[in-house]
Amino acid sequence: MTSAAVSPVSGEVILSASHISMRFGPVEVLADISVELRAGEVHALLGENGAGKSTLAKILGGVYKPVAGKLALLGNEITLSGPRDAAAKGIALIHQEPLTFPDLSVAENIFIGRQPTKAGRIDWAKMRQDAEKYLAALGVTLDVSAPVRGLSVADRQMIELASALSLNAKVLILDETTASLTPGEVKKLSAVLDRLKAEGKAIAFIGHRMEEIFSICDRISVLRDGLKVGETLRTETNVDAILRWMVGRDVHHLVERGEPKLGDVALDVNGLTRKPRFADISLSVKAGEIVGLAGLVGAGRTDVLRAIFGLDTVDSGLVAVVGTKLVHHDPARAMEAGVALVPEDRQQHGVLMPQSIWENGSLAIMPRLAKLGLVDDKTARQKSAEGTQRLAVKMRDDEQAIRELSGGNQQKVVIGKWLLTNPKVLLLDEPTRGIDVGAKAEVHRVIVELAQSGLAVLMVSSDLPEVLALSDRVLVMRGGQIVSTFDRKDATAEGIIAAASGATLAEVTA
Amino acid sequence: MKKLLARRELSLVLAIILIVGVAIALQPRFASEQNIRSILLWVPLLAVAAMGQTAVIITRGIDVSVGSILGLAGMTTAILLRDYPQLGVGGAAVIGIGLGALLGAINGGMIAFAKVPPIVATLGTLGIYRGLTFIVSGGRQVDDYQLPKDLMNWSLEGPALLSKVPFINSIPWVVWIALLVMILSHLGMTYTRYGRDVYALGGNPDAAALRGIPVNFVTFMAYVLCGIGGGFAGVLYASRYGTVNPSGIGNGFELQVIAAVVIGGVSVFGGTGGAPGVALSCLLLGVVNVALSVLAIADTWQMAIYGLVLLVAIVADERFARSARKRAGEAV
Repeated sequence: MTSAAVSPVSGEVILSASHISMRFGPVEVLADISVELRAGEVHALLGENGAGKSTLAKILGGVYKPVAGKLALLGNEITLSGPRDAAAKGIALIHQEPLTFPDLSVAENIFIGRQPTKAGRIDWAKMRQDAEKYLAALGVTLDVSAPVRGLSVADRQMIELASALSLNAKVLILDETTASLTPGEVKKLSAVLDRLKAEGKAIAFIGHRMEEIFSICDRISVLRDGLKVGETLRTETNVDAILRWMVGRDVHHLVERGEPKLGDVALDVNGLTRKPRFADISLSVKAGEIVGLAGLVGAGRTDVLRAIFGLDTVDSGLVAVVGTKLVHHDPARAMEAGVALVPEDRQQHGVLMPQSIWENGSLAIMPRLAKLGLVDDKTARQKSAEGTQRLAVKMRDDEQAIRELSGGNQQKVVIGKWLLTNPKVLLLDEPTRGIDVGAKAEVHRVIVELAQSGLAVLMVSSDLPEVLALSDRVLVMRGGQIVSTFDRKDATAEGIIAAASGATLAEVTA
Repeated sequence: MKKLLARRELSLVLAIILIVGVAIALQPRFASEQNIRSILLWVPLLAVAAMGQTAVIITRGIDVSVGSILGLAGMTTAILLRDYPQLGVGGAAVIGIGLGALLGAINGGMIAFAKVPPIVATLGTLGIYRGLTFIVSGGRQVDDYQLPKDLMNWSLEGPALLSKVPFINSIPWVVWIALLVMILSHLGMTYTRYGRDVYALGGNPDAAALRGIPVNFVTFMAYVLCGIGGGFAGVLYASRYGTVNPSGIGNGFELQVIAAVVIGGVSVFGGTGGAPGVALSCLLLGVVNVALSVLAIADTWQMAIYGLVLLVAIVADERFARSARKRAGEAV
């Protein structure tokens, strides 16, 4: 599918990856990807969340070893044993959340593990001088003796870039480097990249925001579901074409939403604010309705769910659940009022991995089952079975440890656990993350059925087809605010991405 | 960070002055030469063992077996000197320290390579090493008349070179040895890549791995250093007390060592602190120790007081770290 229009190379190919495949356990995240990074060129790797961009970046940076495919540096095949090996070969990976050591000085953060020495001891004076030199080359002034704690993300990224320069890196891979930067900081970074480009560095740039991509990058490759769907020069494309590449996908495996039977408002959120994560969030979800909350990573969607559930305190605003007002509430109060939260990170927050299915399945109603502080196992197992049967969890028996189940079935146990509390509002955070395609459809079916049975569902998802297929309404968040609302009939992938990434409609339709 | 450390060191010095002042005001006998000697001779053991523990705690680990390492190494050294006096004090000391390194390597191997949590691994070896101390000694103690005079002299005499200098000439070898160990530790932690790797690992373990620091080796070596410190302290113990009893030597010493390190400004959350603060805190604990005994507060209180001071220091560190993160605008 690679565009035939890719014009002659702008520089020598420094790093090339050919036919790279990667899987984590049973989940294939990259299939047969080939990219080339050329001297003096910024090559954007684009795609939705979960498309495989960061995995590819980590492979290029030596963090992961691909299961198939080859890397070549200046035409010679190489294997990378780790990030240090990559760095030694001149490939530096700059992370979204920079890898800095808060209690060490700026200078040491640049040179950690390879400080200049004199007569066997670290030469602190030379290290500080060199640090200043490399920071100056980036046009940055920082107190190199001061500890890094307290510096902004942008400054810490400059420290990583300086570290890369000090290694004389030929290849720089910027993994979502701009995601947490302010517009002013992005401008500064972009100037730094121009400078590095002029020096002949080959740069891979992973990002989301169209505006940035089109101002910074020379070449654009788009990934979707682990496949490369296209590559083009910036000058030969436009935002609209790129968006189409990013989202255009078959939707045949998705469920029928059917006509929703809407009831009264079950969840009413008014002016909810928790600075600096989100501000003035107002939304309502009716019984039987599925509302999708779309947006980029870091837009504040998960924070909103956490605040509704009472996990985080808010500065101001009101949450009401079927008439019950929740103010300064904790999760126990929220559960009492009828709210259930299925968290994003199953491994960390959703399940107790070594425990059995029934222990996990009855967890949410443990306090209710307890008599004199003790829980009768038999009742707990019966209750858990209600949940697992209703959602058709595939398992050997309920004594099985939950970690032996597939991601999809684990998620069903988690949802089933909450159903036992008879919730009226179900908050879902990335309900199908890390779940393979077939099982996704199962989870989708469950969500639709729950809505049909009268539950109000508020779903955060970065999977656009999922949002489009399930949601009766889609709210889009950007920078901690709801920036657009789409009704089901008006919602399009392009529209949502444009709203989420801040591209103007004019750009999208240009 | 320098300012912060300086502040910690300053408060330690003030605490030492305060305790000495209060003790002198209440009981003039405190200032006698005999008392000062008594402090000086206990502090070196603590300081030498604490230097290795410092590296371990900076990496976010802990070694609770250090008292048993001291015990087994000290006991072995004493037995060797009793049964094979031809080894000489130096030879036996090297064996004692080498044994400490080996015991530390066992801890480090389990923690760095087998990924056993530090508290579990070293709690296990705390028991094992103590048991071995009984086994090698047959449960019998070594008495001072069985040990060579040279060994005792480490705690009695100073270098011949300084014998003419007033006051200084009364400072025995063990103090000079401990000072040397502390200076080397400070230089090692400040001026070698290994030392800096220890701080990096403790400050941000994930970043350390991704920045290519040999995380397993750095962890392993921290426990080896801790073993060396414990082994060396065991040799000094034999010199200091003369009588080496398998159930007495180093028993409960881990609490004192860990207290010294944490009070000295090494955060149990890793990444900060260093030799100067720990050295001062060893001195502080020594002063407290002597003050308690001069003020006729029963020995039985000592453990409880160490434990209390340790908890106060950890809570203070935690609060301090939180406020530092808050100021830096990080998640608390």
